[in-house]
Order: sequence, then C-alpha cells, then structure tokens
Amino acid sequence: MTKIITKNWGVKDSHLLSVARANGVYSNLERVLKTPIAPKDVVEAVKKSGLRGRGGAGFPAGMKWSFVPQNTGKPIYLCVNADESEPGTNKDREILERDPHLMIEGALIAAWAIGCRTVFFYIRGEFDLPERRIRAAAEEAMKAGIVGDNVMGSGWSCDFIVHRGAGAYICGEETGLISSLEGGRGEPKIKPPFPAVKGAFGCPTVVNNVETLCAVPWIIEHGGEAYAKIGTEKSPGTKVISVSGRVKRPGNYEIPLGYGLKDLIDNECGGMQDGYRLKAVIPGGSSVPVMKPEQVATLKLDYESCQAHGTFLGSAGCIVVDHTQDMVKLLHVLARFYSHESCGQCTPCREGTGWAYRILTKIVQGRGTKKDIDTLRSLTQQMDGATICALASALVMPVQSFLKQFPEEFEAKVQETVPA
Amino acid sequence: MTVSSSTLKLAPEAEARIDDLQRRYPTKAATLLPVLWEIQTQVGWLPQEWMAYAAARCEVPVSKVLGVVSFYTMFHQEQPGRHHVQVCRNISCTMLGAEAILACVREKLGVTNGGRTADGKFSLEEVECLAGCSWGPVVQINRTYHENMTPEKTAQLLDSLE
Repeated sequence: MTKIITKNWGVKDSHLLSVARANGVYSNLERVLKTPIAPKDVVEAVKKSGLRGRGGAGFPAGMKWSFVPQNTGKPIYLCVNADESEPGTNKDREILERDPHLMIEGALIAAWAIGCRTVFFYIRGEFDLPERRIRAAAEEAMKAGIVGDNVMGSGWSCDFIVHRGAGAYICGEETGLISSLEGGRGEPKIKPPFPAVKGAFGCPTVVNNVETLCAVPWIIEHGGEAYAKIGTEKSPGTKVISVSGRVKRPGNYEIPLGYGLKDLIDNECGGMQDGYRLKAVIPGGSSVPVMKPEQVATLKLDYESCQAHGTFLGSAGCIVVDHTQDMVKLLHVLARFYSHESCGQCTPCREGTGWAYRILTKIVQGRGTKKDIDTLRSLTQQMDGATICALASALVMPVQSFLKQFPEEFEAKVQETVPA
Repeated sequence: MTVSSSTLKLAPEAEARIDDLQRRYPTKAATLLPVLWEIQTQVGWLPQEWMAYAAARCEVPVSKVLGVVSFYTMFHQEQPGRHHVQVCRNISCTMLGAEAILACVREKLGVTNGGRTADGKFSLEEVECLAGCSWGPVVQINRTYHENMTPEKTAQLLDSLE
C-alpha cells in the first residue's frame, strides 16, 4: 500500500531536519520555488488530485484554495489546524511527533499557492511532544533558510508562527479557531462570509488540517493524476485512520481510501483482543453515527461508502466498541463531553446538550422513564441544524444512532413511569 | 475602551518573546493567548494582577482577558498543585478503564474533580479527550502524557513524584 503521510515514520530521528532532508522532505518545496511552479498551477494540481480535507468535513482542498481572492490588497493567511480533539482521533499528533518537517513543507507549498506570507500553526494546548517537535522543526528550518525571509534563496518570504491553544474542543472548528487566534474566546462565526473571503483579522484565510497539508508535497512530486489513482474515484488518496478500543494492535494506520473497515480491524489491528467480541464501531470520531457488526462487515473507509451506510468518515477516528460495553453509559459520556464543550453562543446547543446530558444521567442512574427516551429523541431533532456550527449536530448523531441501533439497552434501563 | 496599566514584568526572555510575537502578529490583541501562556508558565497560574498585566500588554480591556481566561480549560484562575493530574474520561479511555483510574487517584489523593491536596502537591482535573485514544487510558501530569495506564501504574506514578 502506498504511504504518503506516514512514509518516514519508520526512520530513526525522522523529526530532525538532517534526517528529513535525507528522506526527501523540502525537495518538493524547492522544486515549486525554483522552477518556479506558478501558484495557480499548484492549486490546479491539488484540484486534480481530488484531495479532500482530512480534519473531518472532507471539503476539496484545491477548491478551498481557489476561493481565496487575490486582488483585495489585504494579507492572506494560512491557518494550520492542529487542534486535534475529536474523541477517537490521534493521527495529527503522531504526524507532528514523527514528521514535523513534512508538515512545514506542505504548509509552505500551500502558502505559496494561495499567496500567503504568514502561516499560523494552531496547536492544541494539551499537546506536549508535538508542540516541542513543531517548534524545534520550525526553528531548525528557519536557521537553514527554509522558513522566514527568502525561502530557499527564492526571494519569496513566509513567516511561520506556532500559536498554542488552551483547551477547547470548539477551536477545531475553523471559525472558532480563527476567533481564538485573534485573541478571543473560541466562538464560531456565522458563515457566510466564509474564511476564504473574510477570515482571520478580516482577511482572506484558508484553514487546513495537518494531514491534508502533509499530502501536498507528494502531489507536487507525483502529480495530481497519480494521487487521484489511489483510493476510489470519489475519495482519492490515502487516509490515516486512528483505531482505539480493545483490538490487539490499536494505533494509526495509513490506508488507501476505500479499504474495508473489517479488514483494517482484522488485519492491521490483529483483530479483537482475546475474550472480546465486536459490538459496534464509531468510524469517524465520536460525532458520527455508530455502526453494528453487520454494517462494519460491508463498510469501506471512504466518504461515499460511509454515507451509504448512514454514517461519516469524519476525522477517521475508529472507536471499536467491544461486547462488554454499556451503550447507554458510553452515550452518557459523549453527552457530557458535548455539553462541556458547547461554547454557549446558540441556545439549542447550550441548553440542548446539557438537557440531553441530564436526561442520560437520569437513565444511567436508573431513574429514567420511557418518556425520557422520547424527549431525548425529539430534543435532538430540534437541535439539529439550528446552530452556528456543527457541535450540536455532533451530539445529535450519536444520540439518534445509539437510540436507533441499540434501543433495547435504553429500554432495559428505564421504567414505565417515574419511580416513587 | 479603557486599557489598564501594569507595573509587572515577566522575565526578560519572556518579554523579548512577546515583543517578537507582537511584531509578527497583525494585532496586539491576538497575542493574548501567548501572553497568558507566558504568565502561567512563569507564575503557575493567572492571578488577577497578572490578568491586568496581560490586558495592558495586549491593549485590551481586563474584562476581555477574564472572558478569555474563563473560556479555556487550561488557564487556571486558582493555583493548581505542583503536579496537576489530568485524567481523561472520554469514550475510548472510559472503555479501557478510565473510571478505575479516576477512583484510584481520588482515593490516593483524597480529592475530587477540581480539588487540590492540602499540601499543594497534587490537584485533580477530569479532562476530555487528550488525543491518546489508541493508547488509553491516558493520564497527563502537568504536560507529560502517561499512556496505557492501569490503577496500579497510576498509583506507582503518583508515589514516584517528589
């Protein structure tokens, strides 16, 4: 299987500049700048590749870049989204630990393509080693003339600033990230205007996920067509999947899109741990609908197959649920999470996530009634799509799918009427 | 807009880092998170007088600083213990045994979520996903990740801290 994002992970000290250069990192940036390959041609190659945003939304990256107006006279910003915090997902963290220079190379090629002179690298506050690695890499690259003034002697300059978050899931949402970067609370903003037109500091801004940008150097080297040949027609390329739960070998695996979820669990992950049976999988991070084993058997890890199964690829954080788990309890954990992380701007989300959490608390404690399950269902129907960002829907999807897929577990925990 | 003044100063290297960032960011207000991090790294938490310092340094109202500080879970308005023990309680860690780890920490330290031991050595915070799901349960102490934890390993870890 072709490795694009993780190709250097097996190399000792792959995070150091000397090793990265021996691995070919920065050779594509050099080619872009020295040929030079015109920014519009870089955008065109990425468009042709079909590369889609790897943070969760799956928006075509080349198209996002092409929305940036080049004639406003304002600076253009690139924000790298390294605020990885979708439960079940730990891929960006390992990318940054193992190949931070590839990340920087991808970001600089993207910056060149969109006409950006300042890259903001937004990294989640909890990350320790990934932050040290990206800061050390940026400093090494700056000293070597790769980042900053006159990049690789090309006359083109681009600053690279690491901006540390401080603990807020919502800052992974691109407009929440921008609010946080501007020095505020990480509150998402109403779209339109989209960031490409009016983003950070009121200027055109592209926000790209770490993994998305790490695919760009390969696309420059091999061409958009070559990338488009990997994976499926509508979901080209590779994807790093994080697998957690009771499988024998949990971790991050780079697979061509379209790879079978069951194959990933059985082959790469070595199957379930002894004594544990597969009960369910949440394939795209905690925000997407849960799948039962019969669906897992036919689900392919690409955007279309996931949708055909009624779920999403999302951030590709595959949460493998074993037979010992209590689905009501797990949903209770998720409701607490989304309630805790709601920024509070929109009433349906602020009140709805808290209400769902309180109902689930009642049910988990054995104080729930059948009516509570109905309330949970109708409440989440009303929350869906009624807010500035997708956080409310990110709880709606697990609630509705857990209720639909495992109704018996909820019913077993509630009573007909309020206990005396 | 009222901007406060402050006579406080961070260590010279931290002041220099802030000066450097304020040259590179488009606005001074945008350096608020970096400034708050510099303060918390040096002072250990964010006392009110230091929030006023941040307001002056970034040319924003103190109320805005408090709004920002209270929004993010990692900014402390009270002094945490020397070892701030953060236990992930999200879905993957829960499946892998986070509850037993939490019970162990609560019992060993005699504190609950948000609490600090009387000697100021430890504080406990139940946190959301730390992006260590594949290697859960995860415990983070100050900045260091400890993965694949068990109650036994957690107890040993707490005992080993000075």
